[in-house]
Amino acid sequence: MSRHQVELTVNGGTITAEVEARRTLADFLRIDAGLTGVHIGCEHGVCGACTVIVDGDPVRSCLMLAVQAHGATVTTAEGLAAADGTLHPVQQAMREEYGLQCGFCTPGVVMTLAALTADGARPSEAELHEAVSGHLCRCTGYQGIQRVATRLARAPQGEGA
Amino acid sequence: MKPAPFDYVAPTSVEEALEHLARGAGDANVLAGGQTLVPLLALRMATPSLLIDVNRIPELAGVSRVTGATRIGAATRQKAVLKDPTVAAQVPALTKALSFVGHPQTRARGTLGGSIALGEPAAESPATALALGAVVEARSTRGAREIQVEDFYLGPYTTTLEPDELIAAVRFPDWPASTVTVVHEVSRRPGDFALVGLVCALALDGGRVSRAGVGWFGMGPQPMRSRRAEQALVGLSASAADLAEIADMAVSETEPLDDAQADASYRRKVGGRIFQRLVGEALGVRRAA
Repeated sequence: MSRHQVELTVNGGTITAEVEARRTLADFLRIDAGLTGVHIGCEHGVCGACTVIVDGDPVRSCLMLAVQAHGATVTTAEGLAAADGTLHPVQQAMREEYGLQCGFCTPGVVMTLAALTADGARPSEAELHEAVSGHLCRCTGYQGIQRVATRLARAPQGEGA
Repeated sequence: MKPAPFDYVAPTSVEEALEHLARGAGDANVLAGGQTLVPLLALRMATPSLLIDVNRIPELAGVSRVTGATRIGAATRQKAVLKDPTVAAQVPALTKALSFVGHPQTRARGTLGGSIALGEPAAESPATALALGAVVEARSTRGAREIQVEDFYLGPYTTTLEPDELIAAVRFPDWPASTVTVVHEVSRRPGDFALVGLVCALALDGGRVSRAGVGWFGMGPQPMRSRRAEQALVGLSASAADLAEIADMAVSETEPLDDAQADASYRRKVGGRIFQRLVGEALGVRRAA
């Protein structure tokens, strides 16, 4: 059972730690780094709740080892809103379109949509709907989440996100 | 659940990885994209003593042109293969197939070589490699060898790869420029495992099929190929095509299983329909009004 020194950038700050090889990135972020916006559901890559952004891509953090994130740049839900509390456009859209109820799946959905619309990118509605199909939600029946995806796809290029 | 303890190494060269693999043979696992291995670790269905992470080996990633083929490094991400212009131009069936694989969240990590090594019977990439006649480049401290995908799969999740071997790349040989390809699958939801999936490549010469490749996924205990149907397709033209018979033949060469999602008879029926409709469209067969 090897232990490893890791250093990664999380939400703009640097974290250094020693981790067991088997520590998943999800457990590392939630338990070791205290970022409870990383929700851990199925722990085997099906539910999507633990999705975070790693080097620009939405990634299921339960399917990545913390040691593999050495040198990576990671964003969790805590890193989205502005310092003054202004919500990220994806968060704002989730709120206005009733894209959540209990909130368990929400951080994962938000991180996927934030990753795919970052830097003014505008994937098609179909692409965003396909992307959110990688998340299980037991409350909303998905209609609200689909409205969020549609709204983001139709947002003017370069605005928000 | 949490994975059982293991040791972890992240070599930066193939040689170094091969040495770890030789030493740990049988009890070491190669960690590529981790989209299958990490769930197996979490469920403790896999309990290796050593993980060899190949994600920090630059020479394992990337797409290149070699004589008569497109070579894809084993650790190239599915996302990167899906977006690669060389692959889209030279191996369009693979681009189409990857669009059905998982979700953006899994394609960002999952690798082509990982999919090929796993040999999931319902997965798109192994069946595509089989239909197109791809070649696996395997390496070990004992040397390098090439394995036709045709000979690579032995059974469910079972390949001819030895415990000390690493897939370095997969080569997709060029098909003629006139080749048309069909990739289609039926699944419950986008990103789910396919209930039935078909990959078909048809090289056309003057409107006639000069060479055909037919691969199936979700249609048996391993990636399947319909060799007799491939032969029956050769020489066919749009006007002469009796695809119902060839579709029956193609499906008869598969071994679909019953499971909770679909039974074998459903898979055969849907497979035949997909084959007849899409191969017909690819050939330019006009459907009766």
